[in-house]
Amino acid sequence: MHRVKVRVVEDALDANATIAAANRADFDRAGVTVVNLMSAPGAGKTSVLERVLGDLGGIRVGVLEGDVQGSLDADRLASLHIPVTQLNTDGGFGGECHLDANMVRSALPSLPLEDLDLLVVENVGNLVCPAEFRIGEDVRIMVSSIAEGEDKPLKYPLMFRAAELVLVNKIDLLPHVDFDLDRFLHHLDAVHPGVPHMVMSARTGEGLDAFRDWLVELPARVRREVPA
Amino acid sequence: MHELSVSSAIVDTVVRHAAGRRVTAVEVRLGRLRQVVPTSLAFYFELVSRETVCEGARLDQEVVPARLRCSECAHAWEIDMPHFRCPECESADVNVESGEELEVASIEVEEAECTVSR
Ligand SMILES: Nc1nc2c(ncn2[C@@H]2O[C@H](COP(=O)(O)OP(=O)(O)O)[C@@H](O)[C@H]2O)c(=O)[nH]1
Ligand SMILES: [Mg+2]
Ligand SMILES: [Zn+2]
Repeated sequence: MHRVKVRVVEDALDANATIAAANRADFDRAGVTVVNLMSAPGAGKTSVLERVLGDLGGIRVGVLEGDVQGSLDADRLASLHIPVTQLNTDGGFGGECHLDANMVRSALPSLPLEDLDLLVVENVGNLVCPAEFRIGEDVRIMVSSIAEGEDKPLKYPLMFRAAELVLVNKIDLLPHVDFDLDRFLHHLDAVHPGVPHMVMSARTGEGLDAFRDWLVELPARVRREVPA
Repeated sequence: MHELSVSSAIVDTVVRHAAGRRVTAVEVRLGRLRQVVPTSLAFYFELVSRETVCEGARLDQEVVPARLRCSECAHAWEIDMPHFRCPECESADVNVESGEELEVASIEVEEAECTVSR
């Protein structure tokens, strides 16, 4: 028995990236644009979706619900009369802390991809791991609530850098919490210079129209950037 | 908990390359920007590698500094704080040259027979 050193030089996430690419190919074939929605637990992902997905004009939308709170989130969205599929993320060490490409792949047969223009995947509430695992999405959106504090971007740069759009939610709480929006935006710009953001409240509805419009335009925009 | 996901990904990669051989050491290169805490990674690696060919393997971690280069003015620098705008010209058009690695560089495995003739 002797020991040999073997050169590997492989990204540890290559296996995930390969499956993500397969998902992406399936999404492209079905002509569906995919959003990976990420945030800390309780930032308001489901609340924002509840408020905007019911009214996307001609855009046919579905949700893949990956949050760990059982089927609760899926039930909240089902009342919008859009297809919602619950992903079971139990197992592993007390529930998964993120979705990976393989979990999403396992859900593909239960998704009506051919009937959708847009699929929103609500990721598990976590500020680090979801940023590491691509799932085959076109865009990653992050929700950050003002209740989480203005230094969040500095503490979780990985996640804020992964997002192509940042939603600053719970702005209705501004009079009640110690949160300086300008400072937050300053930190955000340091961590991810130039990233677009939208300020909103899923409670009062403020700012939601802009996000709704953004979602309505997304499938056409993505198709222009990536010709089929 | 991030280190749990990362160590699982590392162990999966190593197991694939080991092709059944017992692994005695794993060398990884971790970019500063991946926010991996080395002591925490070592802890979870030991846990996740149990009952695999990596069980008991030594984990050697090389932390790679985060180096950026500005596309506007070609300024290159290393960051400690998550500040990604060019300090020279304020441009947002900045490339990450290193610091995003999450790489299994090499593994040390046991082989039953020596294939090199003596
Ligand atoms: N005040 C306030 N509360 C909100 C807002 N959006 C969500 N919430 C509350 O925050 C909690 C978590 O929201 P939820 O949508 O489940 O977060 P998720 O875990 O990211 O899906 C719930 O109690 C919501 O009612 C908001 O804009 N303002
Ligand atoms: Mg939710
Ligand atoms: Zn510059």
